[in-house]
Order: sequence, then structure tokens, then C-alpha cells
Amino acid sequence: MTQSELMRIEADQICVDYNGTVALYDASLHLPSGCICGLVGMNGSGKSTLFKALTGFIRPSRGQIRINGSSVSRAQRDQAVAYVPQNEGIDCDFPISVWDVVMMGRYGAMNVLRIPRQSDRVAVRDALERVELLDLRDRPIAALSGGQRKRTFLARAIAQRASVLLLDEPFNGVDVRTEKLMAELFFQLRKEGRTILISTHDLSHVRDFCDLTVLINKTVLAYGETSEVFTPENLSLAFGGLPPDLLTGNSSSEDS
Amino acid sequence: MVRALLISATVGGVCGLLSCYMTLKGWALMGDAVSHSVLPGVILAYAIGLPFSVGAFVFGVGSVAMIGFVKQKSRIKEDTVIGLVFTGFFALGLVLVSKTRSNIDLTHILFGNVLGISIADIQQTVLISALVTAVLLLFRRDLLLFCFDPTHARSIGINTGVLHYLLLSVLSLAAVAGLQTVGIILVVAMLVTPGATAYLLTDRFDRMSWLAIGSSIVSSLLGVYTSYWTDSSPAGCIVLVQTGLFVIAFLFAPKHGILRHRFASSMPISRLPD
Repeated sequence: MTQSELMRIEADQICVDYNGTVALYDASLHLPSGCICGLVGMNGSGKSTLFKALTGFIRPSRGQIRINGSSVSRAQRDQAVAYVPQNEGIDCDFPISVWDVVMMGRYGAMNVLRIPRQSDRVAVRDALERVELLDLRDRPIAALSGGQRKRTFLARAIAQRASVLLLDEPFNGVDVRTEKLMAELFFQLRKEGRTILISTHDLSHVRDFCDLTVLINKTVLAYGETSEVFTPENLSLAFGGLPPDLLTGNSSSEDS
Repeated sequence: MVRALLISATVGGVCGLLSCYMTLKGWALMGDAVSHSVLPGVILAYAIGLPFSVGAFVFGVGSVAMIGFVKQKSRIKEDTVIGLVFTGFFALGLVLVSKTRSNIDLTHILFGNVLGISIADIQQTVLISALVTAVLLLFRRDLLLFCFDPTHARSIGINTGVLHYLLLSVLSLAAVAGLQTVGIILVVAMLVTPGATAYLLTDRFDRMSWLAIGSSIVSSLLGVYTSYWTDSSPAGCIVLVQTGLFVIAFLFAPKHGILRHRFASSMPISRLPD
């Protein structure tokens, strides 16, 4: 099977509800290998629910998810899915160094006692080099800037050698330099055949480098090539009727 | 006296190590709940002639399971459920004490009796301490990941549910061990204070563990020694020393102490720009 034929993520009509409250219904999504896909929706639209379903944190009440053609739990065992949290999702004062965080990406490949082998150390070193954090490897994460912290968690996903990367708001509170570095990394990862799903509400980033876009509001409203999905009708559907020219950030100012 | 010193140092070391996970996970209240909930277990175990640790363990884990169950099945928030469940268990224990004919002294359970500890109790405590230490050392990386980023743990196929209950079981066992030295009421200090003190002193988990263990052992030794010579409550002395160490760290810790901010605000900040 060639890379272009392989489907990384296949979600078919999945429904998720929390104690009777529907978070996601009838959501279907097929992503090939080697693509960058933007997952766009408002707060509470089900973005994080979809991520939780893809990482196996919650089980859909209906529908089926396949990753690399096998079940989610199989994908977990194969280290196929990496989740990169948003900065707000982690305790920044946790007493742990950059190196140790990235090493956590290797835990799944280690034995029960999680004793790193030489190959694990090489993977961590390579990942840190790619995000340009090797010099800061011994620094506690409490002493990092927001952008450096983001890169640390990206390095963990790279060290894990996952084929599917789920990124939660990767560009929140990140400066221009980090943003450029991350975009370049994403293109490299895409070339290696990895599939990157980026959850965001910033449409300008999506337009700049996502091949595919998924609009989500409790269900998948539209998905396909970014240029085709980004129609005013679709966007107002996703954002509940707000004027789309404000959201696409054409003039890149808030008060247009 | 020597016996009391050794056993309280052992328990102190174990609780000190565990307290790191408790403070990082934010489980201080859970520690309080578990330690109070073991009371009826201890009483019942004495009444039917089992080792008290068995009863304590069953009720400790049982209380946690009940907290989880009530929280999941109702709309009540977790801290309310914790407060509700552990006081219920504790009250049951008090009633059982007054209703069972036994020679156990309630004050020994509530406030510890390290100076009068029996050989059988020492054996149990040492066994429990060894078990807790073994679990914490074997699974230290997984537990650390579980405290730090459970979502990642889950996504790479680590069973976080098992880790959750593993840590809770260890907590129940440590509460039972701590019960011997400082008693039910103050055991939560053993499970929280050393970790909090160490957390103020370092940004590295390894160092934090050693500092917590060290400060906990020192407090236990100093506390028992003081109580012996001043004829005051050992539990009170141990916890007072621990609290004293915390206050010192709170004031004078090199990076996170409050006085450092006051006098050294002109120093360069370690947080570098990106």
C-alpha cells in the first residue's frame, strides 16, 4: 500500500454524549497520511471531544474510529497517536525538566520500569534538536517561556514517533519566531507521511498552511480542501452567524 | 524510645516520599478523607481479631471508591462529596468504639501512640512501609506521568485507571502506617507537609523527593525526641517540627520563598524570553 492510499484517521458517524448531553453526533472524517488538517470551531463545538475520542480517552456511544486501519486501543499500543496539549492544560510549575518531559514520549515504547535505552535517548535528543531546545534540556519547564513550553510538548510527540499528531491550539500565545519554526516542522512532518490535526479558532493560520479543513459544531459541518471549505456560508454555519469577514481576518484587525 | 525513633523515622520517610505525589496531584483533601475513613476499619478489625491494617485498608479504599461513585452518579462537586463521605465514616467509627467491648484506647488511634508501640504493630508498620516504598519506586515514572499529564499517559496506552487506584491504595496503606505514629487526625500532615516544603525548595522531582523524605525523617526524629524529654504529645511535636520546616522554606526558600521576592526583586529573573 502506498502512502497516499493509507488512511490515517477514519471516523465514521461517531456520537459522544456525557450523561445525556450530546457533545458530538454523526461526525465523520477521513484523513489521509501526510496532511495538515485544521479543526475549526467555536468553544464547546466538540473539538476537544473529538480529540478525546481519537486518543481513546472517551469511547463514542455510536460509530467507529480507525487509526491506520486498526482500532484506537491498538493505535495506543502502537504509539500511533500523540497529543500535544495547550499550555493551559498543564501545570507549568510541575518540577520536571525539558528532557524528562520529552522522554515521556518514549514511555510507551519502554518496558514496565521505563528505563531508557540508548535508542530512547537518541530519539529524545533528535526531537529536541528539531525544535531547537537541546541547549535548554536540563531546564525545568517552570523556567520556560510559553513558546518554549509548546515546543517541548511538540518534541515529545516527535520523540514518540507517532503517525498522527493532535495539536490543541498550538499557536496560542506563541511569538512569530516560534510560529515560523513550528510551521516548518509541520511541513517536514507532513513530508514524512505524518498526519497533523490542529484544533484552532484562528482562521488565518488555517488558511496559511492547512491542506484540509474540518468545520465542526457538534458535528462535522464541512470538510475538504481548505480553499473549498472556506466559504462565507460554511463559516457562518460554524460560528453561528457571525460575519465571516471578521473571522477570516482579511484585514488582520479586530475592528474591521 | 529507640524503638519509637526508628519506627517514626521509617513512617516519616515513606510518607515523605508519598507526599510529593499528593502535593503535585492535588490530593491533600483525599489524604485527609482516607485517613479519617479508616477509623471504623480499625475498630472492626480489633473486634474480630484481624490485624488492624487489614480493616483500615479495606475502609480506606472503600471510602475512596464511594467518593468516586457518588461523584460520578450525582451532580455534587468532589470536595463536597469528600467532606460528606469521610465524616460519615469517621462518625461510624466513633459509634463503633462506644458500642464494641474492647480494650482499645480511642485517643491512641486518634493521636497516635508511638512511645508505647507494640512489637506486633511495629512488624505491621514496617511491612506496610516496605510495600509502599516498593510500589512508589517501581512505578515512579508512571505515577509522575500520571500526575503531570494523564491525557498523554492515556494516549500512549498506559492504563490511568489502574494508576489512579494504585496511588489511592498506597495512600490508604500509608495512612495506616502513619496512624501508628501521629494518629488519624494528624496523619494528613505527614502526607502533605514534607512534599509542600520540598516543592518550595526545588524545581526537580528527584531533589524534591529527597528533600521531602529528609525533612520528614528529621521532623519525626526531632519530634519524638522532644516529646520524650518534654513529656508532650509525640504527634503534636512531629507535626509542629514539620510545620516549622515549612514556614522556614516559605520564608527563606532561595527561589520561591517570600523574602526572596522582597529583598531580591532587583535580581535578574530566571524566566528568559523566548
